[in-house]
Amino acid sequence: MQLHDVWFVLIAVLWTGYFFLEGFDFGVGILTKLLARDEPERRVLINTIGPVWDGNEVWLLTAGGATFAAFPAWYATLFSGFYLPLLAILVCLIVRVLAFEYRGKRSDPQWKRNWEHAIFWTSLLPAFLWGVAFANIVHGVKINAAGDYAGNVLDLLNPYALLGGLVTLSLFTFHGTVFVALKTLGDIRTRARTLARTLGLVTAVLALAFLIWTQTSSGDGWSLAAAVIAVVALLGALALNQLGREGWAFIFSGLTIVAAVAMLFLALFPDVMPSSLDPAWSLTVSNASSSHYTLKVMTWVAGIMTPVVLVYQSWTYWVFRKRIGVRNIPAH
Amino acid sequence: VELALAHETMARWQFGITTVYHFLFVPLTISLAFLTAGLQTAWVRTGAAKYFKATKFWGKLLLINLALGVATGIVQEFQFGMNWSAYSKFVGDIFGAPLAMEALLAFFFESTFIGLWIFGWERLPKKIHLGCIWMVAIGTALSAYFILAANSWMQHPVGYTIGANGRAQLTDIGKVLFQETTLVVVFHTLTAAFLTGGAFMVGIAAYQLRRQHRSKETDTAKIGSMRTSLRLGLVITVIFGLGTAVSGDTLGKVMFRQQPMKMAAAEALWDTQKPAPFSIFAYGNVNQGRNTIELSIPGLLSFLATSNFHDAVPGINDVQAQERAKYGDKAPSYEPNIPTAFWGFRWMIGFGMTSFAIAAAGLWLTRKRFWLAPEHRRGETELPLLMLTRNRELGPFLNKWAWRLAILTMGFPLIANSWGWIFTETGRQPWAVYGLMTTADAVSPTVSIGEQITSLTIFTLLYALLAVIEIRLMVTYAKAGPTDEEPPSKDPTLRGPSGDADQPLAFAY
Repeated sequence: MQLHDVWFVLIAVLWTGYFFLEGFDFGVGILTKLLARDEPERRVLINTIGPVWDGNEVWLLTAGGATFAAFPAWYATLFSGFYLPLLAILVCLIVRVLAFEYRGKRSDPQWKRNWEHAIFWTSLLPAFLWGVAFANIVHGVKINAAGDYAGNVLDLLNPYALLGGLVTLSLFTFHGTVFVALKTLGDIRTRARTLARTLGLVTAVLALAFLIWTQTSSGDGWSLAAAVIAVVALLGALALNQLGREGWAFIFSGLTIVAAVAMLFLALFPDVMPSSLDPAWSLTVSNASSSHYTLKVMTWVAGIMTPVVLVYQSWTYWVFRKRIGVRNIPAH
Repeated sequence: VELALAHETMARWQFGITTVYHFLFVPLTISLAFLTAGLQTAWVRTGAAKYFKATKFWGKLLLINLALGVATGIVQEFQFGMNWSAYSKFVGDIFGAPLAMEALLAFFFESTFIGLWIFGWERLPKKIHLGCIWMVAIGTALSAYFILAANSWMQHPVGYTIGANGRAQLTDIGKVLFQETTLVVVFHTLTAAFLTGGAFMVGIAAYQLRRQHRSKETDTAKIGSMRTSLRLGLVITVIFGLGTAVSGDTLGKVMFRQQPMKMAAAEALWDTQKPAPFSIFAYGNVNQGRNTIELSIPGLLSFLATSNFHDAVPGINDVQAQERAKYGDKAPSYEPNIPTAFWGFRWMIGFGMTSFAIAAAGLWLTRKRFWLAPEHRRGETELPLLMLTRNRELGPFLNKWAWRLAILTMGFPLIANSWGWIFTETGRQPWAVYGLMTTADAVSPTVSIGEQITSLTIFTLLYALLAVIEIRLMVTYAKAGPTDEEPPSKDPTLRGPSGDADQPLAFAY
């Protein structure tokens, strides 16, 4: 296993971390309209991720930075090629930061409502668009001989990619609902469990279709194994949710995300961005990667820092381990 | 050719707008994080209510500011790929490393510990909670370090070789992280950040003190918190104003060596002069390559560049000839936009040093005891008198203006910071990476002009809207002043009591 293969795995780990963590907080954002019935309930939802959403989002920045460092050509082609979808995601993420931080800074109800709408839309859109982006990466896009994206934005909105978008959207919402059942008290917790059942079934249908499509078009034995794990984990999460084992249900919905992302990356390897025009023009782990020296330096940094980050982020979750309900929400 | 130029222009405007905007919040976040941490340390150590009030007050302003800094920072991580993909491919091997390190070491620190700090007032033991804000502060400084190392590499590439594939390849990470340019730029940027935070504190504390005085505020902790803040802000502004000047001078000398064109442009010095004067004011005619009007101090530029008053400083026309000899026709001209460089340089220094001067005057005028008749001394919880000499107060007119200037001063470093970056980045043109890659060659080849117009328009409108929202929020909170919040009644423990499940959260979104 060469260093650029290690880095392919590390990039996959970073994206997995991002989708696992921001997955449920996108879900929570979407639930502010889907599950919450009034302002106190919306606040309960927002506060389940209050102390952690910012740290979750940094997994994306790290994935972006690490891709830049380890696979510059991948970073360059991906973000210049997926220009408009990425723009939409960035705008959402910018507004989303402010929506969380500024919503409670004025008592004016209209001000709060506006930011609540913002939380919903800026969680929903990226949850969908990341699926579109990753489906396109795996499926292959029009990459020319120079390694640049030669298609347009409409090429990115093909049926397979749109299905991918629906899968991430429903999966993240399901993951978020399971998370809410684990982190809340009272009526909203019961309703979250009921909603999780419906969402889980919808996700199962969509995910199954998407995984089969992916497997037949670009899969191998390993990706099939990951796909099976993803489906089993999703069904497990559904069953555990039904049994009221909320902690385990959350672990299994998380495992679904981990396995699904693993499947996509396994289907991708050794390409990082396959070309649909000519396989010889595909960006691969070897032709898109940085030099050996850079990868070595970055391996040391990532090898030491990633566990440290995991430790203190986990500690944060432990500090804010208590469930919250409407009665814990202060007046201001 | 025209279309290629349009691509470059759009990409540059977008980078300029989003980055200058982002940097309005960065220095304030860095310095306010440290100042808030300092104030909270004072509270934990002394238990004095005024420090608690001050921590809470500045902490809130920090958070409003930090949110926009974080939000606008997200774009920065991706727009190299979006608009500068040719650049990203060429330098990713080197430039990507500090960016990834910044995310891994700094962003995680900041984002995780700020969450703990915001929500942790009643969950974490006092000292651990204090540790969290220090972690945030350290995170902001680390973040600055890594991104400045990356930028310094663009200004002065070191520790690399050009590989067989024609791309820059890292050979020595130590050189990239610790080269002289990086160290000096970090020194200059961080001192300027504290100058910014100090002036911000001076402005708002001055406003609050005047307001409290007028409304006959009786809460001594509130008044005390603002009086302490005013003095702290003044001291910080003076110390770091001086630091900014010293580091700026050092950086200038480094730049005279590494980028003579930038510094010649900063002076609108067309022809090599020995000794070279420093222009207070000049107006150049670019076509003729000379200044039509000029007011200057003889020999000062020589001193700024070389530490003595008589050495030669190369002029624009000569550097242009040298660069053309060295780089051939890589770029049509090696001359940056001279008026932008010239005036950017002066506005940077002018506005930054004005804040320093105001703070130096303020530090003297509001002194507590030194050379002050006892009857003019004011207690910790009173509005300080502005005392010129032992017995002489500023007259009513000057008094009014002194307080006004104290409030206005908070805006000056923001202007200085922006022009500093505009100067240093436009002054490097036509290079994206000095001597290695021109900005024209750095642009994404396949991004359409329509896509660029879309993103530029959206970012500009969005940022303008957010500026309105942010400023209004800042003004509201700054005007409201310290609140009546009380510290947690007992020091929380990590294991936490389980019996108070019905208790409302101390803080919730």
